[in-house]
Amino acid sequence: MQLIEGEKEKILACVEEILGSNSKKQEDLIPILQKVQAKLGYLPGLAMEKIARGVGVPAADVYALATFYNQFRLNPPGKHQVKVCLGTACYMVGGDITLESFERRMEIKEGETSPDRLYSLERVACVGCCTMAPVVVVDDEVEGKVTPTRVDGIMLALQEDNSKGRREEKSGQEAGEVK
Amino acid sequence: MTKEGLQKLYEKLKDDANNIIKKAESKPRVLVGTATCGVAAGALKIRDNFLQEIKSKSLDVDVVEVGCMGHCYAEPLAVIDKPGYPPVCYGYLDDGLVHRLVEDFLGGDDPSYEYALAALERNDVFPTFEDFPRGVYEQKLILENCGFIDARSIESYISRDGYSALVKALNESPEWVLDEIKKANLRGRGGAGFPAGIKWEACIKAGGNEKYVICNADEGDPGAFMDRSVLESDPHLVIEGMILCAFAIGAEKGYLYIRAEYPRAVSHVEDAIRQARDKGLLGSSILGSGFSFDLEVFQGSGAFVCGEATALVNSMEGKMGMPESRPPRLASHGYRGKPTVLNNVKTFAYVPMIISRGADWFKEIGTAESPGTAVFSLVGKVNNTGLVEVPMGTTLRQLIYDVGDGLPNNREFKAVQIGGPSGGCLPEKSLDVPIDFDSLHDAGAIMGSGGLVVMDQDDCMVSVSRYFLEFTQHESCGKCTFCRIGTKHLLDILTDITKGEGDSDTLQRLEELAEDVRDGSLCNLGKTAPNPILTTLRYFRDEYKAHIEEGRCPALVCRDLILYFIEPPKCSKLCNVCVGSCPTEAIFTREDGLKEIDQEKCVKCDNCLKACPTEYNAVVKLSPPVLPPEKEKKTK
Repeated sequence: MQLIEGEKEKILACVEEILGSNSKKQEDLIPILQKVQAKLGYLPGLAMEKIARGVGVPAADVYALATFYNQFRLNPPGKHQVKVCLGTACYMVGGDITLESFERRMEIKEGETSPDRLYSLERVACVGCCTMAPVVVVDDEVEGKVTPTRVDGIMLALQEDNSKGRREEKSGQEAGEVK
Repeated sequence: MTKEGLQKLYEKLKDDANNIIKKAESKPRVLVGTATCGVAAGALKIRDNFLQEIKSKSLDVDVVEVGCMGHCYAEPLAVIDKPGYPPVCYGYLDDGLVHRLVEDFLGGDDPSYEYALAALERNDVFPTFEDFPRGVYEQKLILENCGFIDARSIESYISRDGYSALVKALNESPEWVLDEIKKANLRGRGGAGFPAGIKWEACIKAGGNEKYVICNADEGDPGAFMDRSVLESDPHLVIEGMILCAFAIGAEKGYLYIRAEYPRAVSHVEDAIRQARDKGLLGSSILGSGFSFDLEVFQGSGAFVCGEATALVNSMEGKMGMPESRPPRLASHGYRGKPTVLNNVKTFAYVPMIISRGADWFKEIGTAESPGTAVFSLVGKVNNTGLVEVPMGTTLRQLIYDVGDGLPNNREFKAVQIGGPSGGCLPEKSLDVPIDFDSLHDAGAIMGSGGLVVMDQDDCMVSVSRYFLEFTQHESCGKCTFCRIGTKHLLDILTDITKGEGDSDTLQRLEELAEDVRDGSLCNLGKTAPNPILTTLRYFRDEYKAHIEEGRCPALVCRDLILYFIEPPKCSKLCNVCVGSCPTEAIFTREDGLKEIDQEKCVKCDNCLKACPTEYNAVVKLSPPVLPPEKEKKTK
């Protein structure tokens, strides 16, 4: 994914801060990756290369870890993150249909971020509220019993929020909190 | 320190805790269940609502966050404990109900029993959970405190005799602890059922000064959340179990490997470790006994294979979580190459009660070969979903029909899936199988991590095994050829079957390959990955055949084998609901006013079928996907 202006400096500064001055071992790699992701929201290639140099392992090893574990993402999260639960209970009542509906509406595939970075779509294993299946987590809010019609409703609300954000930006105000 | 000194120190801890708890309990309290499942159902809003309502009425009431009570079907839940009344549990809370409870019960004297689920203590007014059919079978050991104590206060654990097992053990000896665990025949709750005592003994025999205790909380099974609930709701129980294990084997350092996807569990455990250190229950020279042990949380990054012991250790060492061939076992050559004991969350949770109540007490529960209880997360097509704990030896039928209160809407039971992606699907005739490690194994399933999914006639067995295969295929670490490539081929074959493709050899090929993957894989991920296929082939072969031979999905699930059809005689020309419900605008109104689905545009999302008013029920699913020939013309 294309880096936006000023992002490169931000990434390098963040990694530097987390690596700190102490020497690092292989054992510290996963916690470092977790911290970087917590701060940046994802693991850009640039960050992985710098971490590899800092710990003294080949960059390919860091990439191997980042792709082996489900927690790490290589794409920046969108402004609005949608996670569709595909745990057993959700799958059985049509979680995959819900996921497909989001893919159709956002015009991206699962695991991707839209080019304007407004939306990202993920699948997760189990949110843990199987009684509300199929479940979708929209920006940390859990939505239960999400049918394709509800998907349209959710997308409308997100679009409304986006255009509201733009209007507020235009009038030079701080983007207000949603709701 | 002398025995008396130790005892005195503990008495003081307990007195302090009791004072704090007693003071808290003298006031009316609202306990809101805010484990992850509750939060998902909106428990935090309910908590804020309570706080607001209480403040607006200027009442002196504490609102406490507790963990999971196990009654997930009724979330969000809260218990109101008002002096003078039995503590009463309310479910299905919403703003209106919160308002009413605060006004009538907390502010007034009407407990609003019409909205209550059950009382928590025996009383003359209202039934308790034990009076329900579920209560007859349930026996809560490790879930005893879950949902009823404040998980973030060590005092609430200590006041319920928490850490007394540790004191008892410190007064005895490491050998005595090991002996009790061996005598109790505590079997590992991670799924395989390996006796914990034997594992611990092997670790002691391995010798050396540096040893590790690791708690496996890498619960990756989609649809199982017992470990998370225990860690979120009663973290000190697991910590005490780990300290006891460390004392028995002589370890000074331990880790809890918790999935990073469980942020609440991580924070609750980290808080608990800090509190235990402050009270001198963790750290150097625990309670002045000279025995030192400390704990740390390692956040796992989410890989199903890391539930396997050697893969987990590799992952802690900063490598990819790939399993190793054993021996050497972890007991002799584990974390950092040192002897290591690795047990599941639930296994550790049983340790304190075995130590304080004795091995004989434990052996009386459950069956001779599998003593103790089994914890399940009961989900799927069952009325009372949630977290349940029953003695080993309870039958599946009792669990589903009595504890789970049967299937909703009088649906017909079809199968129950046990053990997640590694487990199997059992049919109706296997329902009288008792739940224990060995019986389930004989029936083709495994105890596994404890996910239990009930399925009815609307669930397609081919699609279910395809779902689990998709999961294991994705999670295969790629070390063994059979697991890496074999599961991929299995998935391809299953996908073809869901599309109605295949020939007379397909099923045999599927079965042979499944057996090869089972035999050709190193760790349990690959060894058990074919289980869903093998059991469904064993019990539901006809369903596979219907897909291949007739191009028909009997459960009307596989989307390539069904189509949606609006039956003209049933369609009311006056209603437009289905048109509005369709996300792809595939439904249109014909010239004669009836609705019709454009099959080219239809994505088979099931919306129109749900939307069509029940008095018409005009939308039907047809399999095989062939439109009735010109039926509509005749009915015109």
